[in-house]
Amino acid sequence: MRGATHAGWVACAVAVALAATGCGGGGDAGDSGAVLSSSWTDPQNPLEPANTNEVQGGKVLDMIFRGLKRYDAKTGVAEDMLAEKIETSDSRNYTVTVKDGWTFSNGEKVTARSFVDAWNYGASLRNNQKNAYFFSYIEGYDKVHPEKGEQSAETMSGLKVVDDRTFTVRLSQKFSSFPDTLGYNAFVPLPRAFFDDHAAWLAKPVGNGPYAVESYTKGSEMRLTKWDAYPGSDAARNGGVTLKVYTDNNTAYTDLMAGNLDLVDDVPAQQLKNVRSDLGDRYLNTPAGIIQTLAFPHYDKAWNKPGSVKVRKGLSRAINRRQITDTIFQKTRTPATDWTSPVLGEDGGYQEGLCGQWCEYDAAAAKKLIEEGGGLPGGQVKITYNADTGSHKLWVDAVCNSINNALGNDRACVGNPIGTFADFRSKSTTQKLSGPFRAGWQMDYPLTQNFLQPLYYTGASSNDGKWSNEEFDRLVDQANAETDVAKAVETFQKAEEVVRDNMAAIPLWYQNGSAGWSERLSNVALNPFSVPVYHEIKVG
Amino acid sequence: MGRYVVRRLLQMVPVFIGSTLLIFLMVNVMGDPVAGLCGDRQCDPATAAQLRKEFGLDQPVWQQYLTYMGNVFTGDFGTAFNGQEVTELMSTAFPVTIRLTVVAILFEVVIGITLGVVTGLRRGRPVDTGVLLLTLVVISVPTFVTGLLLQLLLGVEWGWIRPSVSPAAPFDELILPGLVLASVSLAYVTRLTRTSIAENRRSDYVRTAIAKGLPRHRVVTRHLLRNSLIPVVTFIGADIGFLMGGAIVTERIFNIHGVGYQLYQGILRQNTQTVVGFVTVLVLVFLVCNLVVDLLYAVLDPRIRYA
Repeated sequence: MRGATHAGWVACAVAVALAATGCGGGGDAGDSGAVLSSSWTDPQNPLEPANTNEVQGGKVLDMIFRGLKRYDAKTGVAEDMLAEKIETSDSRNYTVTVKDGWTFSNGEKVTARSFVDAWNYGASLRNNQKNAYFFSYIEGYDKVHPEKGEQSAETMSGLKVVDDRTFTVRLSQKFSSFPDTLGYNAFVPLPRAFFDDHAAWLAKPVGNGPYAVESYTKGSEMRLTKWDAYPGSDAARNGGVTLKVYTDNNTAYTDLMAGNLDLVDDVPAQQLKNVRSDLGDRYLNTPAGIIQTLAFPHYDKAWNKPGSVKVRKGLSRAINRRQITDTIFQKTRTPATDWTSPVLGEDGGYQEGLCGQWCEYDAAAAKKLIEEGGGLPGGQVKITYNADTGSHKLWVDAVCNSINNALGNDRACVGNPIGTFADFRSKSTTQKLSGPFRAGWQMDYPLTQNFLQPLYYTGASSNDGKWSNEEFDRLVDQANAETDVAKAVETFQKAEEVVRDNMAAIPLWYQNGSAGWSERLSNVALNPFSVPVYHEIKVG
Repeated sequence: MGRYVVRRLLQMVPVFIGSTLLIFLMVNVMGDPVAGLCGDRQCDPATAAQLRKEFGLDQPVWQQYLTYMGNVFTGDFGTAFNGQEVTELMSTAFPVTIRLTVVAILFEVVIGITLGVVTGLRRGRPVDTGVLLLTLVVISVPTFVTGLLLQLLLGVEWGWIRPSVSPAAPFDELILPGLVLASVSLAYVTRLTRTSIAENRRSDYVRTAIAKGLPRHRVVTRHLLRNSLIPVVTFIGADIGFLMGGAIVTERIFNIHGVGYQLYQGILRQNTQTVVGFVTVLVLVFLVCNLVVDLLYAVLDPRIRYA
């Protein structure tokens, strides 16, 4: 292999020469015009506001769009952005006034119509938008997005443009937190260019945020530059961001170490041991609005017997959350003590310790509970997960180990891997699983409602275990109708207690967002969605 | 010769249809891809149905396959889930992978054959033993270990190269990834050449050539090497296909957006159109490589003539 090694040296010499000439042009560090580079993954779906449901696409939308509301990067509270005011007297009819002086980066004015058209587009079944259900509270949604058959209307009857800056929204039911949901990306306004030349817009999206897309090469990189005429108060403090697609977050991390990349917003699990010594203070690990739980097949008789609650509680007590988050996740997860997330804050509905003793590890109590509940169905639990991403195998095996140790039975719990995420999802959403399965939930907006209703309400969109409880449903309805925010949160907590008393799903841990950055950057922070607050980052 | 080529080309048709059908069925067995499109939330049934209709997933598999093949012959490979045409993905991925493969093959041919000849002529000497040991090490160490190690040393510790390849992937950035990709095959090429050379060295025609008083380099290149290359050419020919489709590990390590990466993404997202499209092209590459190899036999050894 002497020859081969030799060739390697030649290769390097060539590469060094090229890198040196390439670096010659640099040296613009230290001003607000400097551009930073950040790791990215190719968005899974076409990049449209109502069609983007994962973090990577959402990241871009967050940079190039501003909606009526915006969630504060620190507190997660929804604050007015483009909305001058959103008024209601009955939690059902809302009048929205849009601020004056906002334009899209192509010069077009942002008007009430920009919102109404965008929302109607997002809701229409014909456009295949994956986030269409966000508009389902608006009256007339069932006409533009029927559960079966063709849509019978073009627009939602609940949306009306009053004048250039005002529009009204009528909901199909009372929903007091509705204005707070409007910070979500699906609700941003769209320019005419989106409708007039859709393909061109997709190739180079135009929005109204602090950044404008300069170029977009699908699958490899997107260059965003600061939009100088941005009218908002949160203008970018750097010259732009280049999002580079990485095939593997390990490579992104390596590039950061080699000085070719400025920001990595997902530190790979393998590097967690070294990250402190590699980066020192240039590493961040903060809670995000993500919770991992173990869901149960409540549709399966074996899991829906009189004693099942005790079995579920017993399993919960058999899991040593602290040990798993410390050893497997290197403290990038926090043991869960309720069913929401710390990012909501006390006022927002997070209640530390709501789960109480049921989430505390106690082997003896666990064993007793499971025995009282009639034992594990079939003598064994199989925890189903997808093995393709997210290193789920590691923690599922650890959870099973913990359960096996607590019960003193080597075969009490085993992992049941499924090859791909898609296959896992199609099995869990069609009720084909007969044991507990992993369920992750990333919030859409920082509201207690978002952590409870979609997951545990009867027939709700993500209630894959088909849990159903009248008391819970009643409390959620009541909370949604509540006009006083504090009271609504309180009622949601009561509903959460119902989830706890029935152990509808076992809360495991809250997930943190992580980021590492180069010496060029300062003022890096993650918002509650674990996305870097790009416009705040200073370069140089 | 002409008839042979035609016959071979005709034989490709059933192989092509069979292999694409197999891939099509295999991807379909994996289940409903639409379920994974909406993340941890279930797609609402109406949108899911609409998406299935758009991607043709609501029809029976055989009908999907027929429609698909019909489209392929008109050059339409369908649309990936992110809204991009598969042909567009191919037009960005294949040039990159072809460049990477060219680099790797060059390493195999130049270094592999040279080393093979050198060791084959000096069997049992220290050079031979040394190279044999080295190739054994290369074969037994997995590619990702070599790749990550070289990336860490040259890219991070010493800063000689960029650890990742830029989207344009020019030749000079592909030298190290190409070497890593070639490493295992290179070791095989070395060993194959060595054995073949060592074997033919004792054959009559080589003895005759030496007896005729031909210069040594002419004996080696024209007589010995030409006859010894047949197994090597077979190996390298088949390797082109393997390198193009099997570069997933190397492409991931060095951030190369080539065929392996697109295939990996396609499988992960269960994107039938991408996977079948790319595999279809790879099958064609394999078939053409095999044909070229067979034709090369005739060039290398005039005794092998096909009517």
